[in-house]
Amino acid sequence: MTRLLASILLLLPLVLHAAAPVYPFETPGQERRFHALTQELRCLVCQGESIASSNAELAADLRTEVHRLILAGKSDEEVVDFLVARYGDFVLFKPPVKASTYLLWFGPFALLLVGIGVLLGVVRQRRATPALSAEERALLDEEGRE
Amino acid sequence: MKQKLIPLLIFLLIASVLGVGLTLNPREVPSPLIGKPAPEFTAPTLYEPERTISRADLLGDVVAVNVFASWCVACRDEHPYIMALAQHYDVPVYGLNYKDTRQAATEWLAQMGNGYAGIIYDPAGKVGLDWGVYGVPETFILDRRGVIRYKRIGAIDARLLKDEILPLVRQLRAEAP
Repeated sequence: MTRLLASILLLLPLVLHAAAPVYPFETPGQERRFHALTQELRCLVCQGESIASSNAELAADLRTEVHRLILAGKSDEEVVDFLVARYGDFVLFKPPVKASTYLLWFGPFALLLVGIGVLLGVVRQRRATPALSAEERALLDEEGRE
Repeated sequence: MKQKLIPLLIFLLIASVLGVGLTLNPREVPSPLIGKPAPEFTAPTLYEPERTISRADLLGDVVAVNVFASWCVACRDEHPYIMALAQHYDVPVYGLNYKDTRQAATEWLAQMGNGYAGIIYDPAGKVGLDWGVYGVPETFILDRRGVIRYKRIGAIDARLLKDEILPLVRQLRAEAP
């Protein structure tokens, strides 16, 4: 009896998966592109997630749109341009390198250089501090003996 | 002595940049449509399914396009301000009924009041997608030539009306047609 019950319980996951919409494609290449693209595009509602993984309704809408565009023969670049034209650069996980994002892309390196510069400056300053003169050393030796 | 202040100054610079970042809202994604002509569309109206409304209907005056839905809680909050914009300040407000059903939307409007000059019925969100809608409510301001000049993500309130929307409408109305 318990084995029967156990078997049923173990098989349940096969039928209990939520009904996921199927995106049919004409070629496996299209399907691969769909998966790649939807993982690179941000869900604007759940902003840390891609439209591939997000459960938000907007993500489902955008997946449907990407599916439609791929079937219509659009290239990856055209699909991305379509969404960026409507939602802006933020829909891309990887921001484009343009004037408004120079600070974002190069800022950390610039800060690193500043940090190294400060470090070098401090090290150089320390070395420049004069060592104890003969008199001061003698004074210290005396105090040490007392 | 002054050299010792440099790390402190660098820290203050970084802290102030990050501090400004804390005040920014990542939900307010800037729209790429500002300054561009409003997207072309043709859709049935909410009340009369046989009648269609399209982009051409929005031209000729400074208008607002307000994305709303009966299931949207914040739309209830902003409703009095949308009504004020339409009725008190004489700005034609077109509704974009987004991902809703005719029945729910008409019931909602019957209850809340309908100040819209026309309502686009967009149950699948197709029109919304072209306008870059990702949340409800959203409000666009278009100039006479149908160029989108302003987008507000989230409910509008008295402060926004007073500080941003009404001055913009006045400015746009003063522009040559």
